[in-house]
Order: sequence, then C-alpha cells, then structure tokens
Amino acid sequence: MSIATRANRLTPYIFMAPAVVVLVFALLYPIGYMIYASFLDWSPSQRIGEAEFIGFRNYINLAGDAAFRESFWVTIKFAAIVVTLEMVIGVGLALLLDRNIKGMSVLRTIFILPMMIAPIVVGLMWRYMYHPTVGIFNRTLKGMGFEEGIPWLSDGTWAFAAVVIADVWQWTPFIFILSLAAMQSLPRSALEAADIDGATEMQKIWMIKLPLMMPVLIVTLLLRLIDAFKVLEVILVLTNGGPGLSTEILALRIFRTAQEFQELGEAAAMSNVLLILLMVLTIGMFIYNKLQEARAAAMRAKANATGS
Amino acid sequence: MALKNEKQNPAFYALIAALIVMSVGPIVLMLATSFKTNVDVYDASVSAFFFAPTIANYETVLCNVLWYEPAHVDYCNPTFGRALGNSIVVALVSTGLTLVIGCMAAYALVRFKFMGRGTVSMTTLLMRMVPPAVLLVPVFGIWTFQYHLDGTRLGIILVYTAMNLPFVIWILQSFIVQVPIQLEEAARMDGANPMQVFFLVVMPIIKPGLAAAAIFTFRIAWNEFLLANALLDRNTRTVPVTIVNSITEYDINWGVIMATGMLLAIPPVIFTFVASKQIITGMTAGAVKG
Repeated sequence: MSIATRANRLTPYIFMAPAVVVLVFALLYPIGYMIYASFLDWSPSQRIGEAEFIGFRNYINLAGDAAFRESFWVTIKFAAIVVTLEMVIGVGLALLLDRNIKGMSVLRTIFILPMMIAPIVVGLMWRYMYHPTVGIFNRTLKGMGFEEGIPWLSDGTWAFAAVVIADVWQWTPFIFILSLAAMQSLPRSALEAADIDGATEMQKIWMIKLPLMMPVLIVTLLLRLIDAFKVLEVILVLTNGGPGLSTEILALRIFRTAQEFQELGEAAAMSNVLLILLMVLTIGMFIYNKLQEARAAAMRAKANATGS
Repeated sequence: MALKNEKQNPAFYALIAALIVMSVGPIVLMLATSFKTNVDVYDASVSAFFFAPTIANYETVLCNVLWYEPAHVDYCNPTFGRALGNSIVVALVSTGLTLVIGCMAAYALVRFKFMGRGTVSMTTLLMRMVPPAVLLVPVFGIWTFQYHLDGTRLGIILVYTAMNLPFVIWILQSFIVQVPIQLEEAARMDGANPMQVFFLVVMPIIKPGLAAAAIFTFRIAWNEFLLANALLDRNTRTVPVTIVNSITEYDINWGVIMATGMLLAIPPVIFTFVASKQIITGMTAGAVKG
C-alpha cells in the first residue's frame, strides 16, 4: 500500500498550508494589488483608498512618454546584447574546455564567484575600475600613452558598453557551467560513432554536440533572458541610469519613478508592463519544455514500436 | 575520446589562466583596495597591488563592534556595525523559514495527490520570474498601510521568504523525487506519523538539496537592495542599503567603501568555496533536467 492512501487525507494540506499562506499574503496579493494600483493616481503619502481611480490613464501616459519608450528600448537592447554575448562566449568556452583536465572543479568554483557576490558589490568594484582617474582601465591606458583615457561612465555609448561588460563578467560563467554540464551528459555513443566515421572536431561540434545540446541551451537562454530583465543593482551603482537615459533599464526606471518622482500609480503600470514581458518569456519556456517532453515521448514510442 | 589527448597544448593553459585572471581579478582588486589608504588610492605612483597595507579601513567600518578603539577614528559611525547585525538576522531567519516551509510544500507536491496540486505547482513555477522591482510598489503600500510592518525586520523577512519560496519548492522537488519511497513506507510501518516521516526520514536524506537551496536563499536575502531600501528605516537597514547610501555622496572614500563591500562579499564567497558542488547541482538541476 502506498503512503498516500494510508496517510490522513489532511496531511498534504497541512504540509502545504504555511507555503500557501506566505505566498498568498506576500506575493500573490501584492501582485494583484499592483495591478489595481496601476489604475490609480497615487502618491506615497496617501493610503491606497484615497487615491483617485483614473482608468487606463497611467498606461496612456506611458505610451506617450518618450522617456519610458527610451527606457523600454534600452532594456530590450541590454537584454539582447548581454544574452547573445554570454551565450556565444559561455558555450564557446564550454566547447573548448570540455576535456579531462585536472582541477576542473576548482576552475568551476572560481567561475561561480562573480555570481555569488552581491550585485551592489559588483557594481561597486566595476565603478572603481571604470573611475576616470584612479580606475585601473584608465591608468593602464595612460601608462600605454593614451593620456585621455576612456570616458567610461560619462559618455552614453561607453556607459552602455561598461554596463554590458560588467554583466557579461558576472553571468557568462552561468551559461558556461550549464552548457558544460549538458555537454558532459551527452550520449558518448553518438560521439564515438562520429569518431569511427572520421568526423573532424568541427563537424562533431556543429553536427552532433550543438544539436543534441539545443534543448538545454534554449532553456538556459530563456532563464538568462528572464534574469537579464531583472538586472538593477549593478546599473544603479554604476551609472544610476545615466548619462541621460542611456543605461536606464525598466527595473531602474520603476525604482526611480517610485522613489524619486513618487508616482506610485505610474510605477505600478510600468511594473505591469515588465511583468507581462517576463510572463510571456516564462510561458514560452514552459511550452517549449512541454513540447520537448512530448517529442521525446513520441520518439521513444516510435523506437519501441520499430524495435519489437 | 577525451582520454586520448591527455596532453594539452600550452595555448590551452594560457586560456585557462586568462579566464581565471579575468574572473578573479576584479575581486582581488577590491580586496587589495580595501587595505589601501585613500591617499594611496588617488596617488598614481602607487601600484594597484603593491603598497603598504593597512587595516584602518576595516577599523573605520567596524568601529562600534570592535573591542578596542582605533586611534585614527575620530568619530565612530555606528551605521555599518548595526547594518551588519540586521543583515545577519534577516538573512538567517528568512533562510531558515524558507527552507522549512518550502521543504514541506515540496514534499506534499511530490508525494501526495490532492485537490489543487496542479494549480499550486503551476503558480510556483510562474512566480519564479517575478522581479523584485515589480514588488516594489505593492509591497511598500501593503506593508506600510495594511500590515504595519514597514521599518521592521519581520516585514523584510516575510518578503524574502515569499520571494524565495517558489525557487526552493521547485528545486527541492527534484531532490525529494529521488528519495526511495520504501524507506518512508518502512518508517510508516514502524508507526511513525507523516510529520515524523518527513522530519526524521526525508529531511536527512535530501541534505545536499537543502544545502543548495539554503545557499541560494541566503544569497538573495543577504544581497538584496531594492525592497530593503523601500521598507527599512535607519535602525533596521541592511548592509546593501548602507552601501548605496554612502556612494551617493560625490567624494567617495574608496578604501572604506571597498572594505564594506568586502565584508558584504565574504559570506557568499565562503559558501562558494565550501559548497561549490551543491551550488552547481542547484544551478544545473533546472535547466539540464528540464
């Protein structure tokens, strides 16, 4: 007899209760509240009941707000660029380092460090390195004869590049570790068969390794993409969105709208836009997973049918 | 195949060395700067790594928790010492809570079939992607006007627990599935009730999973800035908030701020070295298994 049938019928509910209570009160309710708040004209000194209901005006204002559109565009650009760079470098390194080398575990430990350190601190150390006079980059450039140095954080284009570099530094290891794990769990038989057929290293990579890793790579990409939309602290410390709006990603704009401009309703409307964006990505990932499972099941069924 | 080419060419080792320098370099530079006086930081003739080290920056930061009074500190600012205490309490309590609650929920989701199981499971999955920035406005409003938890450590602990639960539930599920059900059945035969089975049989077996979940939870609670900044007042502030507050000033004392950053970075770094295996398991569990 299985445990489930013998246990008291209430048991699962007792086990679930604390989690459900916490999630409902501290996560689901706030999200519902936020959706409601996005239809209000609300400042932090007011209770929510006193705020005026203004329908879709917050959203209409957002659509007409050039600064918001700029920041939406910056977010998309930032996410697309960092994720592309990280995927290319991370997967590339995994392909290069997929060998039996001593000390691989030490190497992996070192690579996780950047991800574990607080984003605030990551921002801090890059800000120090980008410093126009005392920063290591400009000092080195000066040492090499470039007296001017690079205006890392004071020029819009450079500031964007600076933010991208910091993010690539912090998160490429994530892609690297996941794709290395995927690569090492590939079926050895396929690679051995390719060896016997005389495939070159390049052919093995393009025709066997990458296609077989594709499902993991796509999930990794989506996970990283979702996270790239959440980045906030590193940019806050590095540039605070400036100069101008060149690095003001959506999460940062929400923060500033709520904190500095005290426009809670508008901040809520922006949060909603961000949430919908992420929801689409998450559901996309979910559907992709399901399709993948279904395809694998179908292939197994077919293999069984032909095998017997 | 991998066994054949044991001998790697030198370029390969050069690549690895470059990667190590790139990923540790900024951290080492921060560590070095935290032992530097502000005069040395601004002096171009002083090398980035070779200089007369001093612990004065750490003394300045920790002045109110030290057992002696550092001679060079004229005015002791207690902000950081207090924030450090707050951070420790908030991170530890919320990690403990999240683990216990999340583990119970994950167990129920794996081992029992019950009404609403699909909904709960789906909701948890979706909640994983909610960014802190999205919670900023509602949490501020609700915690201030309805729960009256603004400015309290309990308030922020509740937020972190809720934020981390979906991830913890999801990751622990994959560990609980692997616990042999026969073990649990044997315990039931010996007369253990479901609670005992859970705490005495299941929990000890999934220790690696718990370790991974604990590190990820601790990391978020320890590092989080945004919500802590919105909810906490000057007495309950955590370290990330004090760091950001101290860099908005124009004239930055790099040595002191790097020492602060270092103190914030130390616990996660220690965890990384002690439990890198668990961390990697935790990271790969999701994507690779699908």
